[in-house]
Amino acid sequence: MIRSHVLICGGTGCTSSGSLKLQEAMNTELATYGLQDEVKVVLTGCFGLCALGPVMIVYPEGTFYSNVKLEDIHEIVEEHLLKGRPVERLVYHEAKSEDIHHATSLSETTFYKKQKRVALRNCGVINPENIDEYIAMDGYAALGKVLTEMTPDDVIQTILDSGLRGRGGGGFPTGLKWKFASGNRGNVQKYIGCNADEGDPGAFMDRSILEGDPHAVLEAMAIAGYAIGADEGYIYVRAEYPIAIHRLEVAIKQAREYGLLGKDIFGTGFNFDIQLRFGAGAFVCGEETALMTSIEGNRGEPRPRPPFPAVKGLFGQPTVLNNVETYANIPQIILKGVDWFKSMGTEKSKGTKVFALGGKITNTGLVEVPMGTTLREVVEEIGGGIPTGKKFKAAQTGGPSGGCIPASLIDTPIDYDNLIAIGSMMGSGGLIVMDEDTCMVDLARFFLEFTVDESCGKCTPCRVGTRRLLEILDKIIAGNGEMEDLDRLEELSNYIKSASLCGLGQTAPNPVLSTLRYFRDEYVAHIVDKKCPAGVCKSLLQFKIDADKCIGCGMCAKNCPADAIARTDYIAPGHKLASFAIDPKKCVKCGACMEKCKPHAIYKD
Amino acid sequence: MKKNLTTVMFRGTKAQEEQLYAVIDEYRDTPGALMPVLQKAQDIYGYLPYEVQRMIALRMGISMEEVYGVATFYSQFVLNPKGDVAIAVCLGTACYVKGSGEILDKITQILGLPSGSTTSDGKYSLEATRCIGACGLAPVLTINNEVYGRLVPSDMEGILAKYK
Repeated sequence: MIRSHVLICGGTGCTSSGSLKLQEAMNTELATYGLQDEVKVVLTGCFGLCALGPVMIVYPEGTFYSNVKLEDIHEIVEEHLLKGRPVERLVYHEAKSEDIHHATSLSETTFYKKQKRVALRNCGVINPENIDEYIAMDGYAALGKVLTEMTPDDVIQTILDSGLRGRGGGGFPTGLKWKFASGNRGNVQKYIGCNADEGDPGAFMDRSILEGDPHAVLEAMAIAGYAIGADEGYIYVRAEYPIAIHRLEVAIKQAREYGLLGKDIFGTGFNFDIQLRFGAGAFVCGEETALMTSIEGNRGEPRPRPPFPAVKGLFGQPTVLNNVETYANIPQIILKGVDWFKSMGTEKSKGTKVFALGGKITNTGLVEVPMGTTLREVVEEIGGGIPTGKKFKAAQTGGPSGGCIPASLIDTPIDYDNLIAIGSMMGSGGLIVMDEDTCMVDLARFFLEFTVDESCGKCTPCRVGTRRLLEILDKIIAGNGEMEDLDRLEELSNYIKSASLCGLGQTAPNPVLSTLRYFRDEYVAHIVDKKCPAGVCKSLLQFKIDADKCIGCGMCAKNCPADAIARTDYIAPGHKLASFAIDPKKCVKCGACMEKCKPHAIYKD
Repeated sequence: MKKNLTTVMFRGTKAQEEQLYAVIDEYRDTPGALMPVLQKAQDIYGYLPYEVQRMIALRMGISMEEVYGVATFYSQFVLNPKGDVAIAVCLGTACYVKGSGEILDKITQILGLPSGSTTSDGKYSLEATRCIGACGLAPVLTINNEVYGRLVPSDMEGILAKYK
């Protein structure tokens, strides 16, 4: 008889901080106490609160333990699971309550309170490697309903009515995509594709869905297959996601064993099966036509559209390609109905959106909020603000294709159209928070360097244009910029946007344009004053020693690789030894002196 | 993506070659087989030197140009063998904003090894990677798949000392 369940997060974040070893230790420890038949340890998908990892939750009490270390396991088993006394010092501070035996529900904490989990509903709740747990959460009920009660056109109409838009970035209406590919059912080979090539650096929501709830994606793909008349599906997943790949493989095998993939599903004569294909680290393959070229075994170069994939896609056949998060919404829409889905979100953006919160924020992790939630709510309430106590400067959405949202626009409700209007985009949902220590010119350069590296080289505006943009930014960062460079940046950016072949090139200049729009003064500071206000751009920095703080110990001079530091004649009042000074001509700006200086007398200017 | 060609000598074995040919034959009838074949080949050899690409081209009956084109297009395919101590620093946005660029510089400074290369004795290799998804631990690096997180540049001497 199982009396307690221990749910340990097995997402990538917690796995990196050692959650698999915790599971192992927990099982060993339970066996030592003979509790293995009373307490069940379950490895789940991502809970969302990656910053506190590794995390685990003990039911029935609902005790939420965070930052658990290997040496804590013994105490948890002996005190909590054996004696029934939760280990208070490990309980997440927000989830503590007066009565330790009845933990405050996680949904009451500020991190979870404003969230609405639709796509992530099973992540951190079920064991993703056990199909029975998914089925117990109404899994495959939507597929059953679709196959036995609805015509393919009904399905498409439902998705159209729900207003669901593609969660991969562009925000194209999903139902419309399906409708375009629905002609000539049964007479033409068609394909369903799932885009799990999550290349946006700093975004990990698709990975977490695949790791935490892989069956939801399989089920939705089968539904899409029924809707357009396709019997084969491909999931194109990044090879960098080994845990997600493993769980998909397990899920596909289990679904086949249960007859939920394969021939004659639910005895209705409908056939559908899914194959996995692995990406190999090319950002451009997140673009739909490039992704299909890659599945075909070629260099992942995009193709001009039209013809659109709905007409001529994978292997030249009509294809519907959706993103992981889009699929994760579909079974819920079928089961709970269009009105339920439309009750969330804004006028033109329905439902919820998952964001991967990262950068300078306390609660790094995954959050899912209704569309229309403001950036302030996400950053300050759910995200817990900036840990250093510094000022919020901007948030970056949409990765290398997106732009930044400055502090002045922090109350903007986040949806597809608002983000475009302020010069950014939803993208796949990466949301990187920056404080005053981030240099916006350097950030634009970082993204440009990424796109230059990832440009496939097929079309000239992107291949050559982005490189020229990068050169101009390098020039500004090196302190050689001139005011005309800003006009050149803008002019060239607009050419690249309008003339590039695919989404990568058309959006590549966005980081430059949006930082120019909101942080032009920082560019000007780099060009005119030859200063980097955030203290990031090394060429514009000088390391200096505050002579009155210097105690004359000489640690800086000893650690200087360039012999750029020497003692002066000046002895500060109250000090015994003469202070040191840095020769700016010799300084290589490595920062070694600053690291070693005990009285913090060295600063960047 | 620009790729540095290797200076390390090819040391493939007969057993590896047979394994590779078995993989190619298994994919004979699969459409779009080149990508999975290259991925498996890299599992077998650890990297994709010229010699391996040539074997693949001949056995699959496609041109060397096609194999080389695909192998150099994707950043996961490496033409350089990884070092015994393979260091990868994440330069995803979350890590970059938290200073992973400085971590990379520090390692280059300590080992005298530029990013994207391997020491000629094959001991160390250093690369900058895309987001590995451990953003909660930013900035992170991996050494032989062991993850180190929440780093500051001054941690590096101590961490690298473990792998001497």
